[in-house]
Amino acid sequence: MSADLAWIDAAISAARPQAVAALLRYFRDLDTAEEAFQDACLRALKSWPQNGPPRDAVAWLVLVGRNAALDGVRKRSRDTALPPEETLSDLDDVEAPLAERLDGSHYRDDVLRLLFICCHPQLPPTQQIALALRIVSGLSVRQIARAFLVSEAAMEQRITRAKGRIAKADVPFEAPGPIERSERLGAVMAMVYLVFNEGYSAASDPARAQLSEEAIRLGRLLLRLFQTEPEVMGLLALMLLQQSRAAARFDPDGEIVLLDDQDRRLWNGKLIAEGLALIDKAMRHRRPGTYQIQAAIAALHARAPAVAETDWKGIELLYQALERLQPSPVVTLNRAVAVEKVAGPAAALDLISPLEERLAGYFHFFGCKGAFLLKLGRELEARAAFDRAIALANTPAEAAHIRRHLDRLMDEGRRGAA
Amino acid sequence: MLYAILCYNDENVVWNWTQEEDDAVMGRLGVVHQKLQSEGKLGPSARLLPTTAATTLRSGAEPMVIDGPFAETKEHLLGFYVVDAGDLEEALGIARQLSEANPSSTYEVRPVHLYLPDVRTGTPAQTPQARIAAPESV
Repeated sequence: MSADLAWIDAAISAARPQAVAALLRYFRDLDTAEEAFQDACLRALKSWPQNGPPRDAVAWLVLVGRNAALDGVRKRSRDTALPPEETLSDLDDVEAPLAERLDGSHYRDDVLRLLFICCHPQLPPTQQIALALRIVSGLSVRQIARAFLVSEAAMEQRITRAKGRIAKADVPFEAPGPIERSERLGAVMAMVYLVFNEGYSAASDPARAQLSEEAIRLGRLLLRLFQTEPEVMGLLALMLLQQSRAAARFDPDGEIVLLDDQDRRLWNGKLIAEGLALIDKAMRHRRPGTYQIQAAIAALHARAPAVAETDWKGIELLYQALERLQPSPVVTLNRAVAVEKVAGPAAALDLISPLEERLAGYFHFFGCKGAFLLKLGRELEARAAFDRAIALANTPAEAAHIRRHLDRLMDEGRRGAA
Repeated sequence: MLYAILCYNDENVVWNWTQEEDDAVMGRLGVVHQKLQSEGKLGPSARLLPTTAATTLRSGAEPMVIDGPFAETKEHLLGFYVVDAGDLEEALGIARQLSEANPSSTYEVRPVHLYLPDVRTGTPAQTPQARIAAPESV
C-alpha cells in the first residue's frame, strides 16, 4: 500500500465509529448504515488522493454515505425520478455547516447508541463481542472468526443472527436522558472489558491478542466522548496496565509466566505511563468504582520496580474495597493472593476455604489452593488441588503451568524417598 | 535564535497506529533527531501522552481543574522540539526533515520568546551547542 493510501486507510478507520454511528441515527437500520459507510469509503478512496483529505473526515463520510444511500433508495423505487447530479457534488459548500451540526455532543450519543446496540441485553456475550468488533471496530468477519477459532461461515451466521435480534428489539433513537446515558455507559464499558479479556486470556495467540488492542481502541474512543467520567478513565487505565505486561506473560514456548517471575524489563513503559496518568486523574474525582480499583491494583504492580518492592498491603486494601463494591468469591480469591504475601499461606488458605463450594469449577481456585498448601508443606493435599486445576484448565498453557508444579512435587518426592 | 517546533496530528489516528506503524515513524524520526543532536541544534523535546490523559487548570476566582485538554480540536498537540536555528529558513528546514519522516503530521514553527533556564543571558557569543546542552557551564 502506498503511503497515500495507508494514510487514507488510517483516517477512515479512525472515523469509522463516529461515521457509522451518525449514519445509524439517520437510517435507524444497521445494515443500511453499514452499506452507506462502505459506499462513502469507496468514494473516499477515489476522491481523497485527487482532492486531498477533507477538513473533517467524519463529516465527509457521513454526508457522502447518506447521499449514496438515499440515491440507492431512489434508484430502487421506480416511481421516483433520479436526483440531479448536482445534489451530490459541491460537497465543500455543505461540509462546514454539517460539521457544526455534528459536533461533539451529537457524536457522543450516536457512538454510545451504536455501542449500546452491540451490547443489547438480549444478545449473549459472544454475539455482543462479535457485533462490536464487526460494526464498531470494522474487523472483517474472517478476522473475528479467527480470533474465536470458528469458521468464517459460523461467524457470519452469528453476526447475522445478532443483527436479526437487534432489528426486532426496541432501540430508542431519541437522545438519552442522564440516567439512561449512564446505564448505557455501564453496559458498554462491561462489553469493552469483555472484548479485552477475550484477548487477554489467550494472549499467546496473536489472532486473539488483537482483541485486547481493539478493546483499548474502544476504551480510548469512550474516554474521548466521556472525558470527565472517572470509571471510563479507570477502565482504559486498567486495560493499558494489563496490556503493558503482554510481552512478559508468556515464555518463548508459550507457557505462562506468573507476575512474580516476569521480566519487568519486558513491560511496556509507554502503556504504563498512560495508564498511571489516567488512574491518577480518575482518583482525584473521589468517586471510586470497580474499574478504578482494579486499575489502582494494576498500578501498584506497575510501580514496583521488582517483585520484592510490591506494596502488597496496599493491594490487599484495594481488594477489600473491591469486595465491598462488588462482592464475589473471585475477588476474595484475588485478595487471598495478597494476604498470602502479607500474612502468610495459612491466613490465605483460611480466607479461601469457605469459597470452595462456589468456585468448585474454577481453575484458578485450585491453582491458588495448591500453591498455598505447597507453601505450608502439605504436599499430598497440594497435589490433589493441582490435579483438579488441570482438569479445569481453559487453555493448554494453563494446564502446562500446573503440570510444572506437579513435576516439581514428583521430583522432590523422589529425592525424599531416595 | 531558538524555535519551538510543534507537532500536530489527529490523536484518533496516531494513537491507533499499530506498534509496527509507530515504530516505523519513530525510527525515521530517530534518524533526524540524531542528526540534529550531532549538529548541536536539538534542545529539550517531548512526545506527549494523548489529551485524554490531560488535565487543565482554568483560572478564575477559584482555579478549576478540568479533565481533558484546553480546547477540543480535531488536531492535537502531540509533542514539541526546541531547536537552535540561525533563522526561520533553517528552522523550516528542520521542520521539513521532521515532516518527511512523519508525513501525516503538521509541524508549526514558533520562535521562542523566553527560555528557562535561560543559559544565554549575558553570554551571546556561546556556540549553539553550549547554549542548550550545558547550562552548568554558564
